[in-house]
Amino acid sequence: MRVLGLDIGSRSVDAVWLDDSRIVDWAVADSGFDPGSAAAAFVDRCAHDVIVSTGYGRHAAKERFGGTAVTEITAYGTGAAVLFPEAASVLDIGGQDTKVITLGHGGRVTDFEMNDKCAAGTGKFLEVMARALGYSLEEMAECALEAEAGIAISSMCTVFAESEVTGLVHRGEDRARIARGLHDSIAKRTLGSLKRVNAQGPLVFAGGVAKNPAMVALITEGFAGEVRVPDEAEIVGAYGAALSAAVE
Amino acid sequence: MSDQSVDYHPMWAELGLDLPSHDALLGAVGQLFGDAYLTQENRPKGMDYLNFVLSEVHGLRIKELDDFRKAGGKVFGTFCLYVPEEIIRAAGGWCVGLCAGAEFAYDQVEQIMPRNTCALIKSFMGFKLAKVCPYIESADLVIGETTCDGKKKAYELLGEIHNTWVMELPQMKRPQDLEMWKGEIRELVKKAEEITGNTITAESLRASIKEVNDKRRALQRIAAACKADPAPISGKDRLLATQVAFYDDVPRFTQMMNALADELDQRVAAGEGVAHKGAKRVLVTGTPMALPNWKLHDIIEKAGAVVVAEEMCTGSRYYQDLVDENAATLDEMIDDIAEKYLDINCACFTPNKGRIDDVVRMAKEYGADGVIDYSLQFCGLYEMESNGVESAVREAGLPVLKVTTDYSMEDVGQLATRVEAFLEML
Repeated sequence: MRVLGLDIGSRSVDAVWLDDSRIVDWAVADSGFDPGSAAAAFVDRCAHDVIVSTGYGRHAAKERFGGTAVTEITAYGTGAAVLFPEAASVLDIGGQDTKVITLGHGGRVTDFEMNDKCAAGTGKFLEVMARALGYSLEEMAECALEAEAGIAISSMCTVFAESEVTGLVHRGEDRARIARGLHDSIAKRTLGSLKRVNAQGPLVFAGGVAKNPAMVALITEGFAGEVRVPDEAEIVGAYGAALSAAVE
Repeated sequence: MSDQSVDYHPMWAELGLDLPSHDALLGAVGQLFGDAYLTQENRPKGMDYLNFVLSEVHGLRIKELDDFRKAGGKVFGTFCLYVPEEIIRAAGGWCVGLCAGAEFAYDQVEQIMPRNTCALIKSFMGFKLAKVCPYIESADLVIGETTCDGKKKAYELLGEIHNTWVMELPQMKRPQDLEMWKGEIRELVKKAEEITGNTITAESLRASIKEVNDKRRALQRIAAACKADPAPISGKDRLLATQVAFYDDVPRFTQMMNALADELDQRVAAGEGVAHKGAKRVLVTGTPMALPNWKLHDIIEKAGAVVVAEEMCTGSRYYQDLVDENAATLDEMIDDIAEKYLDINCACFTPNKGRIDDVVRMAKEYGADGVIDYSLQFCGLYEMESNGVESAVREAGLPVLKVTTDYSMEDVGQLATRVEAFLEML
């Protein structure tokens, strides 16, 4: 059976094509202002028997393309558990939200926590801060990693933190150290969430932000157990969604 | 929202409502009701009555209040179930719950109270300031209570623009607190007599105790029917019944709800439900959901689960306890009323272990697969109790999802993801 897993997120639309649970292809596109069209292009690209959608656009996709929908929580849990059968928990930092998930027997989700309203400490937050500091996302992560010590950033709200960063820039603070401070504060907040759900290692760190080497380093340093990062961290949701069809 | 053949605008104008704002509000509530309620399938026929009541929520019912007042009757507006309806009715008055379940005129509210006030308080003040609640404008007296700091202070502000009376509710349930509370109820007796000009007698109070108990019994029957799998009525519909209980005519409502309960019993006997047998069953606990706040129930039930019970003021706390009907004298009846009302397990009490016991007991009784603990943002009392509820429910072997939200729709997407993921996990 060929299954297409679609993860229609706030920043990217990800697709994974499975043939009997084996990945035959995958692709990533920008969500832009019309994520439906990006998804439609994937739907038309290869033949498939079933579509499973996840992410913010899951219900719209289900309506448009048919198939079924699962939440990102279940999708990331399933995907991470198949990639790393020994995984006990999952951290997914995406474009607009952060999820921490604990896994039980057979990769079943046993508990989770997700930020509720705002995009504090997510991919979107990093994008806004990179712009405020005049970095690309890659440069910001690199400089943050190299900076010796961060400058403490007290606000996690994207709007307030941007003002705070602007204030620090105007005071003449080193922007690499500001970048480090921003990463430190996201890591601290994320580690707090992991503690609240009592997440154990090995932890699978997935989602777009897992491609940020500074975040990976800080989470690895602060988390009590082992941290694993998949090669293609972004597509774990689409992969998990596709796998959930196979499970059913 | 209203019967098209009758134009209620002159009545609303007479009450002093701001007509354009009020029309906008009715339009929004009508749309909300259509989306949340009229899209449901396989509803009991008895819900036609509640559909009708809701369609006439600012129409026919207000006309009834208006006629009552023009004939010399007095209307008492309340925000909380600690205000004993029995006393008001024994004095010949009518009790109505006041509008507090939708975001309205926050811009005006935030000029007189902090932004970080809970949605319930901001809402009732918004309805008052924007002149869009015909219930408060029909209320000869608003009776408040000291159930939280926000409300206490809000009633001071309300008192500047509306005839308001505040009952002091104790914060503990010791014998001396009960004595104090009995005193407060006796003060309310005097106040109700003063406003209505009628004297409360043993006969009138006995009759109103029976009448209000009968209303609670009807709601208890509806609740009990939901122990069946499949549940014969949606959580949304049951919530609406409880919400309407706060302001509908008591004997009529009781009669219609008993008819609904009869129908539910038949459905249970026939194995007929709103969702398929085995659909995920959720118990919701937390802060009250004032009309038209159907947000969480709508999300849960659109995701395919059924809310089987509410441990909240718009739920079991409203109807689970009855006032003793065997008292001989007026004094004994007043004492019985005081005792019954002090038994309600609100988070404004310390300690409030009774609520946690209720949640765990109800989760078992109603066969819940999971519990959702619901707090309005900035409701410190329920937010503080949330962790205790969570550990007790987990200890009882059930998963919990904690939700903090308000009346806005900005978080609906994320909330739906969390609720759906919770249901997938069950």
